[in-house]
Amino acid sequence: MDLYTSGDPIADTRAPDGPIETRWERHRFEMKLVNPANRRKLTVIVVGTGLAGGSAAATLAEQGYRVKSYCYQDSPRRAHSIAAQGGINAAKNYRNDGDSVHRLFYDTVKGGDFRSRESNVHRLAEVSVNIIDQCVAQGVPFAREYGGLLDTRSFGGAQVQRTFYARGQTGQQLLLGAYQALERQIGLGNVEMNSRHEMLELVIVDGRARGIVVRDLVTGEISTEMADAVVLASGGYGNVFYLSTNAKGCNVTASWRAHRKGAYFANPCYTQIHPTCIPVSGDHQSKLTLMSESLRNDGRVWVPKAKGDDRSPRDIPEDERDYYLERIYPSFGNLVPRDIASRAAKNVCDEGRGVGPGGLGVYLDFADAINRLGRKAIEAKYGNLFEMYERITGEDPYQVPMRIYPAVHYTMGGLWVDYDLQSSIPGLFVIGEANFSDHGANRLGASALMQGLADGYFVLPNTIANYLASGPLEKVDASHPEAVAARTEVEDRLQRLLAVNGDRTVDSFHRELGQIMWEHCGMERSEAGLRKAIDEIRTLRDEFWQRVRVPGDGEGLNQSLEKAGRVADFFELAELMCIDALHREESCGGHFRAEHQTPDGEAQRDDDRFSYVAAWEYTGTGQPVLHKEDLTFEYVHPTQRSYK
Amino acid sequence: MNLTLRIWRQQGPEDKGQMVTYQVQDVSPDMSFLEMLDVLNERLILDGDEPVAFDHDCREGICGMCSLMINGEAHGPQRGTTACQLHMRQFSDGDTIDIEPWRARAFPVVKDLVVDRNAFDKIIAAGGYVTAPTGSAPEAHSTPVAKANADAAFESAACIGCGACVAACPNGSGMLFTAAKITQLSLLPQGQPERYTRVIGMVDAHDEAGFGGCTNVGECAAACPKGIPLNTIGRLNRDYLKATSKRAGTPGS
Repeated sequence: MDLYTSGDPIADTRAPDGPIETRWERHRFEMKLVNPANRRKLTVIVVGTGLAGGSAAATLAEQGYRVKSYCYQDSPRRAHSIAAQGGINAAKNYRNDGDSVHRLFYDTVKGGDFRSRESNVHRLAEVSVNIIDQCVAQGVPFAREYGGLLDTRSFGGAQVQRTFYARGQTGQQLLLGAYQALERQIGLGNVEMNSRHEMLELVIVDGRARGIVVRDLVTGEISTEMADAVVLASGGYGNVFYLSTNAKGCNVTASWRAHRKGAYFANPCYTQIHPTCIPVSGDHQSKLTLMSESLRNDGRVWVPKAKGDDRSPRDIPEDERDYYLERIYPSFGNLVPRDIASRAAKNVCDEGRGVGPGGLGVYLDFADAINRLGRKAIEAKYGNLFEMYERITGEDPYQVPMRIYPAVHYTMGGLWVDYDLQSSIPGLFVIGEANFSDHGANRLGASALMQGLADGYFVLPNTIANYLASGPLEKVDASHPEAVAARTEVEDRLQRLLAVNGDRTVDSFHRELGQIMWEHCGMERSEAGLRKAIDEIRTLRDEFWQRVRVPGDGEGLNQSLEKAGRVADFFELAELMCIDALHREESCGGHFRAEHQTPDGEAQRDDDRFSYVAAWEYTGTGQPVLHKEDLTFEYVHPTQRSYK
Repeated sequence: MNLTLRIWRQQGPEDKGQMVTYQVQDVSPDMSFLEMLDVLNERLILDGDEPVAFDHDCREGICGMCSLMINGEAHGPQRGTTACQLHMRQFSDGDTIDIEPWRARAFPVVKDLVVDRNAFDKIIAAGGYVTAPTGSAPEAHSTPVAKANADAAFESAACIGCGACVAACPNGSGMLFTAAKITQLSLLPQGQPERYTRVIGMVDAHDEAGFGGCTNVGECAAACPKGIPLNTIGRLNRDYLKATSKRAGTPGS
């Protein structure tokens, strides 16, 4: 049996045409509106309270809709957007250094390796400036200059200083701004907040998304919640690798349940592997910690020239070190984009020149910067990061170089959405990292926060109104046969997980799945490896359903049961990721196929064959259907990315 | 290293609960404290026991979800460190470690080491924001903010809402948490219009939620993993005094 079949091409029928600078504005005008008096009769469910979900829920409530919000954490303030460190891009051009909406648009399309939609990316660049205004008005304490104006820095290799930041806690501060706006609406009674609740199924009535089935994680109670539209803002799926920089609870379940009900999943193989994370220290490792990319502004990356050189780094003389990024990429040096830095680290470790436990690490050395600028200056810039490194590793990075290694950080793929952020199921909208839309095959640093807030504050509240204005929809409640069926599916599935009562823990399966994915669908993929991975995933998945042990019952707080459901969905997603990676016989952005590289080892795109979005339809037969959405480039001409 | 753990086990809010002793072997000093608990839980599951429920998520010290009283100290012995960032090299072979949930009237136990901190959200909902509906914001550079104020606002905004301050306080007071938000917003020009209604709303919500009063013990600041200083409570008190005096809220005052 073939791994997949090919279906009809799809098109983004909501995408406007005409001059790119006016598309969003014209589209906004052409969309229908909902009368303020009618908004309070309409209910919108928002799943997830990160930057996208929190900002969307707050904004929709401000506009007068009734909002029901859900998160699995104990408070909406804890969504994983909170952990973003570096900053948020915006085309304010406060530096007068040549930035503009068009340049941010251009950089993002190019950085995405020409696998994103021009219209979407341009809109993102346009609204970026409004985001900064909005956040400042909320009291977000951005870094400022002595004159009282906002400070910006260059980030992730950008040649302009367009990144706004709040020390190394930008995500936290932006999220708290959105959370506070959300809490205000909760206090006013406009949002019903349901924390410690997990969405386990989507309810579709007459072809439209009309509700969700949720489990109260404290009482175990299953309930069905109905609405006029459903918004998923449930984040990315990096935890399919088990070890990633994601929070432990991050999962694909909300997206995957929607996918199984008909929402297409786009470009699942596009994974961002971040080059500067603290390496794995042992088998007990439960997650990986990112060290901000800003460290590469002053740190120099190197490994010993000789294989297996196990001397202490300070004993290795200068001429026996290989500053490989500076050597291979002389014009960008240590500041090459994430995908390139990560693969280069993998290559030197594969050559046997890696450092630290298992040879899976490279040095990030601040000795030169400390000599040049003094320890005080380095402390002022990176003090909190150095402390965090020391807490985790027990090593003092002022004395010995940091050890870093790439780790899974972000997923560019996600549920397919049109220009209005609506999925292939009418009434189901997907925002933030959960959708696939704006980053192509590689996301630039400081662009995730921008996209999450753009979607939630400025795009979705406009586009969802256009959908809701086409109503009113027929009134349905939880007793509708479709709603009852969805609820029964959830209950059966939980019972199945509890009934196996085998002899392996959920975590042991998750860890093994992660190893398969990291080995074969990580920084470098090959046909043979991916085929092997698909076989291994299928075997392990069968074993999971026969041997997993989930203690306790479904009647109350049961963290093992929560994990089991999530891992079961990761198994299915993992297979689709490998199929997508296998079918895309080219290298682009975060997807590097060993068979497709230039003579000097760089990613080799194949625009003639693969300039499209791969949108996968679930069939239930184990054989998904591929729908292609062609990408056209009118403004940014595809070129080979070069950072030499 | 080998350790003896004494862990609070409590089936549910109504259950009485008790300390239960467990042995863990071969703990690596490179493990985080929560990874050590993971190892224990994996074993409990395979032995047919129920694993210990505890809250955690980001495991990098920023989400504020982890909440363990370790040997009687909120987040354990290392200053400025959340439980998830605490590593086992802080302990020695043969140690006995007591692990308990946050204990405070406003934070009822849900199960084992998991508590309900919804009361914090209620305090924020009662005024811990600037009213700025989406789309209404002026251009960001129209209001400069003195760098010193912006930096000080950031210091207070660094609060992760974990509740260590409440757990450490003999009165179970949430004043440091409340004061951190009030200080952040009262230092910024954007926070001025609602400055005095905010402080009254938040302090009232704090009291209604069952938190105790502040008697300047200072345990909160000592336990805070983000170093929120005690003098933020002084700022709260000054604003509260002004707000409750006759003139506050009067136009033009």
